[in-house]
Amino acid sequence: MKREQRESRVHERYLRHHKKFPNVWCAGCGIGIVLGAIIRAVDQLQLDKNDVALLSGIGCTGRMPVYVDFNTMHTTHGRALAFATGLKLVRPEMKVIVVMGDGDALAIGGNHFIHAARRNIGLTAIVVNNATYGMTGGQYSPTTPTGVRSPTAPYGNIEQPFPITDLSIAAGAAFVARSTVYHVQELEKFIAQAIMKEGFAVVEAVSYCHTTLGRLNQWGTAPEMMRRLKEQSITITQAERLSEEERQGKIVRGIFVNRDIPEYTRLYRRIVEQAQRLAAGGADGQAI
Amino acid sequence: MNAHTRPRLMQGDEACAEGAIAAGCRFFAGYPITPATEIAELLAKRLPQVGGVFIQMEDEIASLAAVIGAAVGGAKAMTATSGPGLSLMQEHIGYAAMAEIPCVIVDVQRLGPSTGRPTSPAQGDVMAARWGSHGDYPIIVISPSSVREVFDLTVRAFNFSEQYRTPVVLLMDEVIGHMRERVTLPSPESIERVERAVTTVPPEWYKPYENFPADVPPLLPFGEGYRYHVTGLHHDERGYPTEQVNEIQPWLDRIFRKIERNLSDILLYEEDGVEDADTLVIAYGITARVARHAVEVSRGRGRKVGFLKLQTLWPFPEEVVEHAAARLHRIVVPELNMGQLAREVERVAGRNKVHRVNRADGEIFQPSEILAVIEEWTI
Repeated sequence: MKREQRESRVHERYLRHHKKFPNVWCAGCGIGIVLGAIIRAVDQLQLDKNDVALLSGIGCTGRMPVYVDFNTMHTTHGRALAFATGLKLVRPEMKVIVVMGDGDALAIGGNHFIHAARRNIGLTAIVVNNATYGMTGGQYSPTTPTGVRSPTAPYGNIEQPFPITDLSIAAGAAFVARSTVYHVQELEKFIAQAIMKEGFAVVEAVSYCHTTLGRLNQWGTAPEMMRRLKEQSITITQAERLSEEERQGKIVRGIFVNRDIPEYTRLYRRIVEQAQRLAAGGADGQAI
Repeated sequence: MNAHTRPRLMQGDEACAEGAIAAGCRFFAGYPITPATEIAELLAKRLPQVGGVFIQMEDEIASLAAVIGAAVGGAKAMTATSGPGLSLMQEHIGYAAMAEIPCVIVDVQRLGPSTGRPTSPAQGDVMAARWGSHGDYPIIVISPSSVREVFDLTVRAFNFSEQYRTPVVLLMDEVIGHMRERVTLPSPESIERVERAVTTVPPEWYKPYENFPADVPPLLPFGEGYRYHVTGLHHDERGYPTEQVNEIQPWLDRIFRKIERNLSDILLYEEDGVEDADTLVIAYGITARVARHAVEVSRGRGRKVGFLKLQTLWPFPEEVVEHAAARLHRIVVPELNMGQLAREVERVAGRNKVHRVNRADGEIFQPSEILAVIEEWTI
C-alpha cells in the first residue's frame, strides 16, 4: 500500500467525524503536522483508541485534542500536565499524551512541567514550540529568541529563551527528544518512542508562526519558515562536531536522553501493596 | 459494637478524611496548608490502604486539576485547602462547573485576607466559595458545625457532587477542623453512597452533555470505550466547542436547573423553635455552636428565640429563610466575617429586619456577644 493511501486511512480512523471541520489553525501552520505525527505514531504502535488520552492546555496547540477520536480533554492554560497526572494515577494502563504550546508548557505551566518531570510520571509531553503566543497575536513567549520583536516586545525581546530539552533533562525526565515539523517521519518516530517510554517523556516539536511573530519580524511565508527549519537544523552527531559558536542559531535534533528511572505510578502501586500489607497485619491501629 | 461504631475522640479534619473514605473517595491531591494539612496527612496514610491514590502536588492549582483529571478517570476525588489555596483553585472550580466534573473541595477556613492568621478561625470564604470563579455557574456549598457533622457532610458532599455532576465545597473552619470531640460514627453499611451514573446507550450514541435524563447526563470514565471530549469552552451535547447561542444558553439553563430543581434534596438545615419565636438567630459552622448556647440562655430567661442552623449555604435556602422571616421582625446573623451570608438574609428578609453580628479578628464569638444582641433586640 502506498504511504498516501495508508495515511488517508489513518485520518479516517483517528479523526472525529462528528466534529465540524475545518480546524482552527491558519493555512500553513505546523500544529496539524504534529497532530498527524501523533495519530500515525499511535497507529504504528497499534494502540486501542480507548486506551489513549490526549490532553491539552490553552492556545493554538490546545485545540488539537478535539479533532482526534481518543479520550480527549481541553483543560486550562498551563495545567494540562496536572490534569493528566490525576488521570494517569487512576488509569495507569492508559497512554496519556499531553500536547502543549511553548507558553502553555513553560510560562504559565512551567511549574507543572518541571514537577511532572521530577516525579517521572508516565506521561508523554509534546511541546509544539513556535516561540510565540500565536492565538493572542504573537506576543513573546519563554522560548522567543532574544532580540526578536513582538507586540509586547516592540523594542526587541530582552529575555533569554528556555532550552526546553536541557530543562527537561535537569528536571528529571526519562526521555527527551527534539525534532521539527519539517522532519515529519523523525518526529513521528520520536513520539512513538515517547509514548512507549515508561516515565516522563518530552518531545519538543519545533514549529513556527508565520501569521504573527513571523510576519512581524519579516521571516517570510510558511514554506520559507519551513525551509529554514530544514536548513538550520542539525543532528546531535553533527552538533557534537561544531564549536559552541558554530552551534549558535542551530536547531539540534535527536534523542538527548533515554534513561531508566522508576516510574511514578509503578512506585505508587508498590506503596498501595505495602500499605495494604501493613493494614492487614494490624500494624495500623486505625480501623474502618 | 465494632471498630467503626465505637465512640472515639476524633478531630474535625480526621472526620473529614474518614468521611471521604466512607463516601468512596479514592483520590486526593493537595498541598500542605494550615489548618487543612491533617486531612492530607491522614489520607496519605489511609488512601493506599483502601487501594486509592494520594498525591501531594506542586500547588493548589495543580491539586484541583489532578482531582478533576482523576474524576474524569472515574474516581471519586477530593482536595482540601484553606483560604489562600481556595483563591488559587478558583479557575478550576469554574472548569469543574463548566465541564460538569464531580469533585469535592474542602476549605478549612482561616482568617484572611491574604496570609491573614493561618491558625485562627474565620468564616470569610462564604462568598469566595460561591462566586470565586469567573462567569455564571451554580455550586453547592455546605458547612458543618461539629466533628460528627464533618463526617456526615463530607459524605453528603460526595453524594451531591456525583448526583448533580458538580463541584461541591465543604466549608469548614479552623475550630471545626482542629477541635476534638467524642463521636460515634455510623456503621459503614448504613452510609448512603451515590455512585456515578451509568448508561445503556452504545458508545457512538453517548452524549456527555445532553439534557437527559433529568438535567444530569451520566459521566462515563475515560478508558472504558466511551470516547468523548471535555473542554472548558462552551460546548454542545457531545462536548465539542460551540459558538451557537442556541446551544450555550440552554446548557447554562440546564446546569442551573439541575441544582434548582433539587433543592429539597440539597438544602440541609435544622430549625428549632422557629414557629412561635419573635426573634430568629441564623448561624452556621462553629458560630452555630456558640449561637445555640446564646439562644438557650435567652430562652431560659423566658424569651421566644428561634434558631436556624444552616448546613447548606449555597444555594442559599431562600424559601426557608423567607418563610421563617415572614412572621418575624428581628433576625440576628452572627458570622466570623464582616457580613457575608447576612447579605443573603437581608436580600430575602429585608434589610430592616436583620441585625448583623460580626467579628473577623481570629477569635470565635463568646456566647455573651450574641446574647447581648438577641436581648438588645428582644422586648
